[in-house]
Amino acid sequence: MLTKKVKSRIIFLVLALLLASITIFTVLKSLEENVVYFLSPSEIYNKENISLDKKIRVGGLVKKNSISRNGETVSFIITDLKNEIIVSYIGLVPNLFSEEKGVVAEGKLKDKKYFIADKILAKHDENYMPPEVKEALEKSNN
Amino acid sequence: MLKNFFPNKIISLTNKFINNLIILLIIVLVAGVVYSLLISPPDHIQGDSVRIMYVHVPSSFIALGCFAFIGVASIINLIFKIKLIPLLAKSLAPIGFIFSLISIVTGSFWGKPTWGIWWVWDARLTSMVILLLFYIAYIFAWKFIESFEKANKVSSIIGIVGLFNLPVIKYSVDWWNTLHQPSSITLTSAPTIHYKMLIPLAIMFFSMALYSLIIFLMRYKIEVMKIKIIKKKKYK
Repeated sequence: MLTKKVKSRIIFLVLALLLASITIFTVLKSLEENVVYFLSPSEIYNKENISLDKKIRVGGLVKKNSISRNGETVSFIITDLKNEIIVSYIGLVPNLFSEEKGVVAEGKLKDKKYFIADKILAKHDENYMPPEVKEALEKSNN
Repeated sequence: MLKNFFPNKIISLTNKFINNLIILLIIVLVAGVVYSLLISPPDHIQGDSVRIMYVHVPSSFIALGCFAFIGVASIINLIFKIKLIPLLAKSLAPIGFIFSLISIVTGSFWGKPTWGIWWVWDARLTSMVILLLFYIAYIFAWKFIESFEKANKVSSIIGIVGLFNLPVIKYSVDWWNTLHQPSSITLTSAPTIHYKMLIPLAIMFFSMALYSLIIFLMRYKIEVMKIKIIKKKKYK
């Protein structure tokens, strides 16, 4: 039913698309380090020869009862439930920054367990609900 | 036969129903705005800034959907060379462009009160900017290449290459660490948005889709007319 011309066009396009997708996949794979926006505490823990001078970002959850404020200085622990990093920061934190919520800190590592941040970003999750529903959920969980 | 019949059919239907569609749009849009700004509850963490979602999410859906159509149309176009198809895709492009711009701008306004920053170059935001650039390239190809055949070919290639960006946008939040949160609405599981917020979101999506349809029909009519005028000039 298809003419020869159409057939050859289909074959050409399929080959071109295949080639393009392989190229894009390899490019993205090799750029992976630049594509990820932040590293988790475990990724930092497992990484060998990590630079202490380069600016990086660490992300995870703020550990429960770990936030302590001393004047302008805020320190807290970022956890991915396997490894933890202590973060220290001077300045204002975003409104959504709170315990057991997502956070991304930008700054430099002092060592693998201690991070000096110069920017704190709050990361929220994909759950949206009214406050009263949240309260009801918490009540039924307790 | 299909070639001559289809555009005329669409145009006659457009002429007949466009006013009804506009009236319907006004009703749905007013309902959507009232519901999302006044009736729907604030979020348990974000408070009232969650209301930006009712514009941001539908715009993103439409921006991606339009490009998916353009990409698939470009493939079919290069294979079968049916004149009707590039006109459909061409009419859709400015709509997708505007909605991807709206998605980026409202996302930025949403980022400031929630993340604490207007803009970051994480995978989701960056791939969305790339989509915007593809829209610009696609529209410019039609605008600045004078011969129809050539413009058709170049824009189709742009459409096909841009198609690869769509899964990257969609799955960027799952494949890599991003500041942008993962999808709340997925094909595989129940939405993680409470139904009181899902209803206004659905109404807003419907109204924006309706708006896109109206603009699309108007633009398509113009594109077909342009082709007819060119043809008439040729035969004179």
